[in-house]
Amino acid sequence: MDGTILLFLLQDGITNGAIYALLGIALVLVFAVTRVIFIPQGEFVAFGALTYALLESGRLPGTVWLLVGFGVAAFVFDLVALRRSGFTPARLTSAAIVDLVIPGLLAAATWSIAGMGLGNVVHFALTVALITPLGPLLYKIAYRPIADASVLTLLIASVGVHLALVGLGLVFFGAEGLRAPAVSDLMLTVGPLIVTAQSIAVYVVTAIAILALWLFFERTLWGKALRATAVNGLGARLVGIRTAFSGTLAFALAASVGALSGILVAPMTTIYYDTGFLIGLKGFVAAIIGGLASHPLTAPAALAVGTVESLAAFFASDMKEIVVFSLILPVLVWRSLTATHVEEED
Amino acid sequence: MSPRRLLTAFVVVLALVPVIPGVPVFWITLLGNIGLAALVAMGLVLLTGVGGMTSFGQAAFCGFGAYASAVLTVSWGWNPWATLPVSLAVSGAAAVVLGLLTVRLSGHFLPLGTIAWGLALYYLFGNLEILGRHDGISGIPPLSIGGYALTDPRTVHWPIWGAVIVAGIATTRLLDSRVGRAIRALRRGQLAAEAFGIDASTTKLIVFVYAALLAGLSGWLYAHVQRTVTQTPFGVSAGIEYLFMAVVGGSGQVWGAVVGAGLVTLLKEALQRLVPVLFGTGAQLEGVVFGVVLVALLQVARDGLWPRLAALLPARLRPPPEPAEDLTRRSIDTTRKTPLLVLDGARKQFGGLTAVNNVSFQVGRGEIVALIGPNGAGKSTTFNLITGVTRLTAGRVSFDGIEIGGTSPQAIARRGVARTFQHVKLNPDMTVLENVALGAHLRGRSGVIAAILRLDRRDEARLLAEAAKQIERVGLAEHMMKPAGSLALGQQRVVEIARALAMDPELLLLDEPAAGLRHFEKGALADLLRRLRAEGVSVLLVEHDMGFVMGLTDHIVVLDFGTKIAEGPPEVIKTHPAVLEAYLGGAA
Amino acid sequence: MSDVLLELDDVTVAYGKVQAVRGVSLAVRAGEIVTVIGANGAGKSTLLNATMGALPAAGAARFAGADLARLGVEDRVALGLCLVPERRELFSTMTVEDNLVLGGFRVPRAESRRILAEVYERFPRLRERRDQTAGTMSGGERQMLAMGRALMSRPKLLMLDEPSLGLAPRIVADIFRIIADLRATGVAILLVEQNARAALAAADHAHVMELGEVIASGPAADLARDERIVQSYLGIH
Repeated sequence: MDGTILLFLLQDGITNGAIYALLGIALVLVFAVTRVIFIPQGEFVAFGALTYALLESGRLPGTVWLLVGFGVAAFVFDLVALRRSGFTPARLTSAAIVDLVIPGLLAAATWSIAGMGLGNVVHFALTVALITPLGPLLYKIAYRPIADASVLTLLIASVGVHLALVGLGLVFFGAEGLRAPAVSDLMLTVGPLIVTAQSIAVYVVTAIAILALWLFFERTLWGKALRATAVNGLGARLVGIRTAFSGTLAFALAASVGALSGILVAPMTTIYYDTGFLIGLKGFVAAIIGGLASHPLTAPAALAVGTVESLAAFFASDMKEIVVFSLILPVLVWRSLTATHVEEED
Repeated sequence: MSPRRLLTAFVVVLALVPVIPGVPVFWITLLGNIGLAALVAMGLVLLTGVGGMTSFGQAAFCGFGAYASAVLTVSWGWNPWATLPVSLAVSGAAAVVLGLLTVRLSGHFLPLGTIAWGLALYYLFGNLEILGRHDGISGIPPLSIGGYALTDPRTVHWPIWGAVIVAGIATTRLLDSRVGRAIRALRRGQLAAEAFGIDASTTKLIVFVYAALLAGLSGWLYAHVQRTVTQTPFGVSAGIEYLFMAVVGGSGQVWGAVVGAGLVTLLKEALQRLVPVLFGTGAQLEGVVFGVVLVALLQVARDGLWPRLAALLPARLRPPPEPAEDLTRRSIDTTRKTPLLVLDGARKQFGGLTAVNNVSFQVGRGEIVALIGPNGAGKSTTFNLITGVTRLTAGRVSFDGIEIGGTSPQAIARRGVARTFQHVKLNPDMTVLENVALGAHLRGRSGVIAAILRLDRRDEARLLAEAAKQIERVGLAEHMMKPAGSLALGQQRVVEIARALAMDPELLLLDEPAAGLRHFEKGALADLLRRLRAEGVSVLLVEHDMGFVMGLTDHIVVLDFGTKIAEGPPEVIKTHPAVLEAYLGGAA
Repeated sequence: MSDVLLELDDVTVAYGKVQAVRGVSLAVRAGEIVTVIGANGAGKSTLLNATMGALPAAGAARFAGADLARLGVEDRVALGLCLVPERRELFSTMTVEDNLVLGGFRVPRAESRRILAEVYERFPRLRERRDQTAGTMSGGERQMLAMGRALMSRPKLLMLDEPSLGLAPRIVADIFRIIADLRATGVAILLVEQNARAALAAADHAHVMELGEVIASGPAADLARDERIVQSYLGIH
């Protein structure tokens, strides 16, 4: 193998790794705040990619119906929850706005815009706007009623949600794979390397997203509230931060990060309704290397995962997945040995 | 109807199903699928429900069993029956290798680890030339008896359900034994299990391999029922279905696995038929409905269905155990004068924090010593250093003249050091008797095979009788057969003392034994400890109740901020200026 | 009585089948200090956690005229009820200032800034350490931070669970001085303590709990002289 191929593989790996990093960070966030191991994160990626690809090709994405359906279901769950805590006009109105009005407006906007060919920036924004509310709605339907259950119960629920979302993906997007056009056909030649505009877009958007997340967590009260919930859930409740508030916020962030990753990956590979799972799992590998706790560790781990995958694909393409998933095992053992588990304290 | 009669009726009905005229073959096939799934789910019940290890990769072990037999029969022309031991050996060997790795994973890393190797193996099955890659292996011969091939679902029904019944009985027996108690203790309080000499990793590995053998058996049967194997049924999504079955049935319930397997298999079948009729869109919505039902079930009935079904059956109250031959006791040489336990400059640092700072003291033979001091003074950490739960940063701990610092809690337990915990660590679902019998674990011998074949009854009777004796001794005889979780907290602490006594210890470590006890109960506890002292047992206790400590102990060690600030007999400690300042409070 | 702030009536808390608190009734009036003393495991912390809404309880609970039955922990915080738990529950990896700012999560921004200045005034130590992470502070400082964080939510009633637990005697004296100072600002305090002597000295009213039940109640000064209480809880000297 010569240096050019190696450089090419590395570049490919880093591009994918950047996307895994975004996903890994979102997974760490969701787990730290809600204790949910969010296996369906990958579905947000697939839905984001397919939505963007459909909008780019001038069609109306099935996401619209998915969103409205989720909204109606969430409203039913809110009514049940309100029956327990007491109906007030204010609570009813706010539930209706979040569950029905916002998804409805987004759906209507998409319906009127789709096909007008407004360009990829509008489609980008619209895709994020359509996918983001799916996160909080999903949290309300699937996880909030069992928010106090064990990590294991939540994990099994995640598996159920994953199965359901893959099925819904097939219903709303069909079995056909889609690929979006690249942001630009430009290519840069840097020494022996050819860098596509799409790769550069991936690097820039990932960097901006990570910076934005960092600013959110360090500088804003909501961001601090999320961190506080992750550090000490009971402490957070004692200062008045609602579990449901942090859960909703974490899932909204996870969904928007998923949508973003989907949009970035859509022009690089053909995405099917069920492609998300494997992409999400690789984000997971990175998140686990970070111990499901550390953002700074997750990002470089994701780049390493992307690189290993790209090298494995070249040397033994059949064995690619086997290599990536086997590599996680030593990491898990290392993580288990270094994690301190003192059951009893003075 | 007693559970035994119910089981007999179940077996009879199952045996007769294929010969009842008019039962459609389709139903029998479905029943066979349920049986195959129930075998795997039963392993998961033991692994996940009882042992607390969630595996998403269980289907892979079916794959090992199925592929092993497929390769041997198709490529090498072996007789299907001859491959059974090989199938089991291959699944078991794979389980040992994966298990050695998996049981070391902690918390949620374990289920994630099983997803990882589950996926890796799935892709491996589909990529190996010898396993026929994605096409798999077909033309596998059926099972046959005396030249008669069991190709009809009606005939293969018997071996399948025979295997399920045998597995169910074996699993039930295993749980109701010395090893079974150790398995059940793993999930709630591994620390307590290890303090009584149970090697948690080995016990977990036993469960892991046992579950894999059941899956391998199912895979072997599957290969000869389907007559063709591909990678599809051995992936993580199949693993998820098996887990679903175990959860639906009520993880922790052996026969719940059959209920869960039945329900899930029927649900899938119904979905395949109903969804196209209702929605007219082919089979697309199956996964959706399946996922939604799974989440809904967790929201509505988190503990599964079997506990609800079992509530309909009459509760079977077991009688207390019969008296049995005494277990041999440790001989304590009361004439020796050297100290039993010696801490010499024991030190523990957690990061920058020094929890125990060069602490030295001794516990003599037949002596009651108290460790007192404010919370956070390092008392529990000192206990953990002595029992091997926490590793010394520096210094030495020796017991009976032998260095024990740096050895494992199990090894220290074997030397005759028993303990109780500040925060009670009993398994709340096990009876008081079973919890206490766990304390006598090291005094029994029987293993897995003895338990399954019921060769362990004599050993078992002696262990239970010993446990009963200790429960009577601490005055809780009337609560013996109740779940430990139903007792008041103070009583649970006393159960922990009985469990420690069941070990026949030479040194007893008690962490706040009098907390939550009423005045007269404290008196009874003090009497018990005095009697033990007279028998030559040494006691080291942490306690805040100064009345209790001053009246009972021979020697007191006072810790503050991890440092020993004083030691001596009670009279000296009561008036020691440093102790008054740091702990007892200034002159009042 | 109109000035009753918190009123518990026949409150029972059960963990599974075990009743940790049985039929406890008590009241706290505005501006007073009420203490609950008792041995480890008597149910004192359970009572506070249930009052805060962190544990499900049977019986009636009213606070500042509102029925607490259907309110979660967060709603009770908004009403002006605040708990400093036994384990402090600080955000250990975050800075002192972030901990305090989050204490005022439900308070408008400008108001929060004003209270923060007040808290720094009361605990100059916290101002000195504003950029240090909470987890690196000493036990006494952590207790101060926990109390400061609680004050950020403008509580009407502050519930303190074993504030002296595990602290050096010198720091314990500081903590009780702070408690007395707080009462002077009009905050009512419900104080749970094993350190019965100090608690009875600080409180107006006292209740003694044993095995989940209140076995004695009355003015703190009277209980401090009660022969039975002296023997069980104050008697080691």
